[in-house]
Amino acid sequence: MNKTYVSYNNIISSLGFDSETVVQNIHNEISGLKLIDNKTFLPESFYSALINTEDLENAFQKLKPNQDYTRLEKMMITALQKVITKSGIELNKRVGLIISTTKGNIDALDENNPFSKERAYLDELGKSIKTFFNFENDAIIVSNACVSGVLAVAIAKRFILQDVYDHVFIVSGDVVSEFILSGFNSFQALSNEPCKPYDKNRTGINIGEVAASALVTNNNTNLAEEAVEILGESSCNDANHISGPSRTGEGLYRSIQSAIKQAKIRPSEIDFISAHGTATMFNDEMEAIAINRSNIQSVPLNSLKGYFGHTLGASGLLETIIGMHSLKNNVLYSSKGFETLGVSKPLNIIKQTTKPTKPLQTFLKTASGFGGCNTAIIYKTLT
Amino acid sequence: MKNNYYISSYCHIKNNSVWLDGNDVYQDSSETFSEFIKNLYRAENTKYAKFFKMDNLSKLAFMAADILLKNENLNTSTDNDIALVFSNKAASLDTDRKHQTSIQDKLDYYPSPAVFVYTLPNICLGEISIKYKLFSENSFFIFDSFNADHLFNYSNSLLDLNKSEAVLSGWVDFDDTNYEAFLYLVSKTGDTIHNKQNIITLYNG
Repeated sequence: MNKTYVSYNNIISSLGFDSETVVQNIHNEISGLKLIDNKTFLPESFYSALINTEDLENAFQKLKPNQDYTRLEKMMITALQKVITKSGIELNKRVGLIISTTKGNIDALDENNPFSKERAYLDELGKSIKTFFNFENDAIIVSNACVSGVLAVAIAKRFILQDVYDHVFIVSGDVVSEFILSGFNSFQALSNEPCKPYDKNRTGINIGEVAASALVTNNNTNLAEEAVEILGESSCNDANHISGPSRTGEGLYRSIQSAIKQAKIRPSEIDFISAHGTATMFNDEMEAIAINRSNIQSVPLNSLKGYFGHTLGASGLLETIIGMHSLKNNVLYSSKGFETLGVSKPLNIIKQTTKPTKPLQTFLKTASGFGGCNTAIIYKTLT
Repeated sequence: MKNNYYISSYCHIKNNSVWLDGNDVYQDSSETFSEFIKNLYRAENTKYAKFFKMDNLSKLAFMAADILLKNENLNTSTDNDIALVFSNKAASLDTDRKHQTSIQDKLDYYPSPAVFVYTLPNICLGEISIKYKLFSENSFFIFDSFNADHLFNYSNSLLDLNKSEAVLSGWVDFDDTNYEAFLYLVSKTGDTIHNKQNIITLYNG
């Protein structure tokens, strides 16, 4: 039986520059979201969780770069560096690199950006990360909207099962840019207050920025303390609408069913759900429907968007890493911003960070995005 | 790899021409892509109003998939279990540039949700999924050039893991005035063995 694990990990974010610090801040229910007034991004002020530029520069310069890197590349390289070092894995032919991002260096298209417009090609981003670390293999870039970070883990597992690689390093990231903010604003999807996933007073999303990195491996020795096994994964399209979530939660429901089937567990064995929860009216409602159709509505659930905003191509991996630490610490982290249920079906939203009554062993991670895509993965502790 | 799989059909669109399974299907002398793809849509009698709202990448991917899949006699009143594994170099840059133009000048600022939604390469997978009721796996990958090795391994993994009955795989790239679509259907029956060399041969064909 071939098993695959998610092991060493790292997060570069507004809440800290390593997974443990970030998780500690979430434990203390501290949010990275702040009111930003920056006219080069958006005419009106907006809430976002931004990485401190000076801190990023300091952390990145310690890696002694010998050329210019974009903000996103600095975030990604800083995130990935620690994961490679901690794992002690030699970067040979059997080691893959997956990058998940929705927009990469899209800010390079702006006339005022110092980098050439060519830098906006995603394969350039791949080459930049590959070359910094001297990976033997080219980067595999996944750009599949907001499921990218979760899908990257499923793809890593599949390549390991195909015996293409033994280990895959994933790095996921997107930056907050005028490009992204103006687009979501044109959809009238941005909230003018900190987002409130699943709450009856929710008014939309906040966009944030994060780089997250993790190792997926088939080697069960030298695993991180918080490592988990990937039990089942699935990705299903809604086949319904390119920008609106399905009214029946079809794709997400099917993804959850298929992941449970592959995991060979009963739905009652899921200890908590790390959901997508963007805080738009339609997304949260769709998730509530899919979760009720799956009959797991009584399982404790959170969205972490109230801490980081929606970090696009990074969000799925970021939330997976927090979920792994949730299992290790045996703590259910609160779904920040939630007060009163505002979806039409019951959900067991975690209102306060608490110790569970029985040890946490298994969690379900879900994500959904534009293009009608949905992904679900079930993880289990090794202890 | 547990089983043998086959390339049961393939479609190529480039330089104002379309081939299905190596045979000429359509060509014209249009001056622009938008003119060419509209003519192709009419010649194929596609009748799908959503087509006209799509961006260039989606129109290209949609027509290539439609020409290939309509030959498969699928029943679109029920689900079809075909995964989509697409790749390209330029992601959605053609539409990204349009969105950037709409926000570059603060005195002439007109971002539009109808444009912005297409600033993701996987939207074309959604368009094809809607038309053919594909509630299946979708993945969009970016490489600097056509990567048969990657597509081969990933399609095999989906079929080996029983994620789908068949995989529609390939390359769909739209960048400025350059475009190319090459899609092929990997399934459990057919004459051409699904291997890396055959993918490359058909792509270069």
